[in-house]
Amino acid sequence: MSRLQEKLSRGEFTVTGEIGPPKGTNIDPVIHEAGEYLKGSVTAVNVTDIQTAVMRASSLVGCVKLKEKGIEPVLQMVCRDRNRLALQSDLLSAAILGIENVLSITGDHVVAGDHKGAMPVYDLDSVGLLQAMAKLESGTDMGLDNKGAPNALDGSPKFFKGCVVTPCAEDVEPQVIKLAKKAEAGAQFVQTQAVYDPKAFEKFINLVKQYKIKIPILVGIVMLKNAGMANYMNNFVPGVQVPKEITKRLKETDKKEVPKVSAQICGQLIRDMKGMCQGAHLMTLGWDRYVPDIVAAAGL
Amino acid sequence: MLLTEAKPVGEVLNLIGADKSVFLLGCGGCPVGAQTGGEEKLAGLKAELEKAGKKVTGSMVVDFLCNKALVGSRFFAPARAAQLREASRVAVVSCGVGVQSAAAILGKPVVPALNTISTNAVQGLWPSEERCGQCGDCMLGMTGGVCPITTCSKSLVNGTCGGTNKGKCEVSPEKDCGWLMIYKRLKALGRTDDLRKMNAPRDHSKSDIPDRLRKSVHWALEYSKAEEPPKQATA
Repeated sequence: MSRLQEKLSRGEFTVTGEIGPPKGTNIDPVIHEAGEYLKGSVTAVNVTDIQTAVMRASSLVGCVKLKEKGIEPVLQMVCRDRNRLALQSDLLSAAILGIENVLSITGDHVVAGDHKGAMPVYDLDSVGLLQAMAKLESGTDMGLDNKGAPNALDGSPKFFKGCVVTPCAEDVEPQVIKLAKKAEAGAQFVQTQAVYDPKAFEKFINLVKQYKIKIPILVGIVMLKNAGMANYMNNFVPGVQVPKEITKRLKETDKKEVPKVSAQICGQLIRDMKGMCQGAHLMTLGWDRYVPDIVAAAGL
Repeated sequence: MLLTEAKPVGEVLNLIGADKSVFLLGCGGCPVGAQTGGEEKLAGLKAELEKAGKKVTGSMVVDFLCNKALVGSRFFAPARAAQLREASRVAVVSCGVGVQSAAAILGKPVVPALNTISTNAVQGLWPSEERCGQCGDCMLGMTGGVCPITTCSKSLVNGTCGGTNKGKCEVSPEKDCGWLMIYKRLKALGRTDDLRKMNAPRDHSKSDIPDRLRKSVHWALEYSKAEEPPKQATA
């Protein structure tokens, strides 16, 4: 059992972090930073999978590098780039490499990235990918042999299966309905898109209860690097609304003090929502060195 | 011409579910040529549904179901409108465009009776925004008659992704989110439960035209007759 699963099943408030592999072969700096600042502060670290459809090194290699540093990884898997053959193959590879935490994500469309002419695959959706994981765990794959029987695996994996949700989307019910399907497909934990509005999050949590979804939820916390980023998120990032007060506070802060204030904002958000969820997922977008500050500000 | 194939009756009945009354709507265009629709096929489906204990409140073939104005105008007659009102479901014998066009204007949950495999070169009339993805495994019966294969940029089958933004798709602020359209349609029909149903990953092999259909495409029925070997006279 992974440490992440262990802590969540004990009901401990759990914090995860996130890194992105480089565009290029120079992976050491990001792994070094993770070792310096994330290792002591979070339980596990997500490695993004060709995030926002901008071509990079794989999540799998980032996970292996984290493990070498003694950091527990969460393998992110998007459905955009691989069909069911490649996804299942990579799931087996991950298990062989000792990776247990896997996160199923639909994945941003290719037009969001830097290879706009690429073919968007989505052979499986995020629900189908969770079903594929469960199937592999049961000892067969998604295919059939010549007689129409399931193919038996020579050794089957065991995962801690995660999924994502956008809790502050304008239309939140379809998000929750899909989350219910993900739980039904075998998801065991949830990491959410960024939340800046505890009231909207409460509304989401109430709907989650109404739909009888019982898996642990880690609220998504994205560090704001300046007021401009807050405006950008409001305009262009689906389902994310930064309240005016936060933007105003960042705008009025001296540039040198912004990271400190931003970490305080994140800490306060975690304090406000701690009672409603089972953990927090910190996305610092390269500002890994402030993770310990956030954890301290959250009083964890 | 559109290439369509009848769904197994069991699947159609499954989609109708517990509902008792059904109105049958057929397209008099391409499906007649493909020999999957028209008056005769509608009569056949009617008999099957009645055998299964369903009440068929009415049945009608419209020249081209892909033309919404044409479809709507055929329900102006009070007797037809009453038959439609009485039905809980509308079973549609047409390609995916016809199913979507009927769903868009009739305000009733639709059930596709056919799978659309290919739109080939000639696509009948195509006057409006509904598109068929030729997936060969029509799921319009579970999506309020809005096609997730063509309206969702990612052709997702189990609901919206995180990229939906104020009703629009992450791909473009001008593009409606397909799954939100489905959600709104199902909500208006009081059928959001349909969203909870798990849909299996798509079987992409179903969108390949099977050999028997590739060889028997006949737009003109005369043409098919000319192709038939002359019958031997029997004594």
